[in-house]
Amino acid sequence: MHELVKKLLAGDRRSAARLISIMENNAPEKEELLAQIYPFTGRAHVVGLTGSPGAGKSSLADALTREIRAEGQKVGIIAVDPTSPFTGGALLGDRIRMQEHATDPGVFIRSMGTRGSLGGLAQATRDAIRVLDAFGCQVILVETVGVGQSELDIMYHADTTLVVLTPHAGDHVQVIKAGIMEIADIFVINKADLGGVVQMATSIESMLDLSPRLNGWRPPVLSTVAHEHRGIRELWEAIKRHRACRRDNGAAREREKAHRELLDLVRRQLEELVARHLNARCGLVEQVATRQKDPYTAAREIMAGLLAVGEKAQLAKFARGKEE
Amino acid sequence: MSSRRIRVLIAKPGLDGHDRGARVIARALRDAGMEVIYTGLHQTPEQIVEAAIQEDVDVVGLSILSGAHMTLIPMVTQLLRERGAGDITVIAGGIIPEKDVKALKEGGWAKEIFTPGTPLDDIVEWIRNHVKV
Repeated sequence: MHELVKKLLAGDRRSAARLISIMENNAPEKEELLAQIYPFTGRAHVVGLTGSPGAGKSSLADALTREIRAEGQKVGIIAVDPTSPFTGGALLGDRIRMQEHATDPGVFIRSMGTRGSLGGLAQATRDAIRVLDAFGCQVILVETVGVGQSELDIMYHADTTLVVLTPHAGDHVQVIKAGIMEIADIFVINKADLGGVVQMATSIESMLDLSPRLNGWRPPVLSTVAHEHRGIRELWEAIKRHRACRRDNGAAREREKAHRELLDLVRRQLEELVARHLNARCGLVEQVATRQKDPYTAAREIMAGLLAVGEKAQLAKFARGKEE
Repeated sequence: MSSRRIRVLIAKPGLDGHDRGARVIARALRDAGMEVIYTGLHQTPEQIVEAAIQEDVDVVGLSILSGAHMTLIPMVTQLLRERGAGDITVIAGGIIPEKDVKALKEGGWAKEIFTPGTPLDDIVEWIRNHVKV
């Protein structure tokens, strides 16, 4: 076993941090290390926090951490902030709200830039979760970037998804739009000291009245004031109830997650392959650009070319196998 | 495809409420394509070191305008070494007299110190030259 993984499993913080960087940077040793870490994952409960910028996701993560730590459980926090599409740089400022736990040995906080990913998380978030899982974090809070209406990646990574709203975040029509309002396992109306909570809660409840229940779970609508620690215990209790409910159909969900991830990984590898192939056949690009060929015909030709390459490789492998 | 980014922690240790400078630096480093973790005001050396380790940064930049630089900078560097993270580069900025700059650099407490008036590009260049990506 690799030294870093050994130290990670023994609870070494520097190794955990290093491993997350390796995942983030897509370093050459990533896959080998992940293969060693993978058997030690799947134990943590992953709680996603998503919502618009400034709704209070970081403050809620901070307050929840206090609640969870009071029970003695080890907490991991992954906080994602946007990367600039222009410079590739990022200002990661979620830790500001979490300083209370900065020196608690039972808490590990990591900030990530999205690095070009558009679904509200970074591409490496899934693997960062795994590192913290193997590190022994029993609860992992994943905070997305401030999202709009359709950055929904979090629902694929979290066991429990919190959608964080604020009072006056729109009228009844906003509440029944598709997208983010559909992925909540728990609704949190934060900044509940502002007023307008009842109206907001009522619109969500009436939206839920018409929604089908998934496995008998109806998302509760809770209100909190994160910086005064109001409503946080109730929120944590609701998360635990949801965890218990999820556990009953855990195996099916794990299979669904594995299926999605495999599809995602294979698709990404294929994309790289196709991009390389396309570069090699830039004549086709030129033909489409100058209207000599339509894009559908060109795409079909590329696919046919790729499949031929694949078949040739298969045959070659088959032939080699016979010789051996 | 591997893609490494320079990661920098910008922190304000001690009792010092002036963070405009720190935020300007954070912004400049962001615009230079780095990932900047900003932790806000009134940090203890323990908090800064713990954040630097968890965030796996290449550089810790301390902004100090309170006059406590001769205490705080060595404390951060010493703690990093004790926690096995002495390889993280420590730099600082702020109102720091020349003789203290000399003492801090010669004592090995800070790799570089940027005093008021330093062009932002100089800081970006320095970091790029001293961090291997």
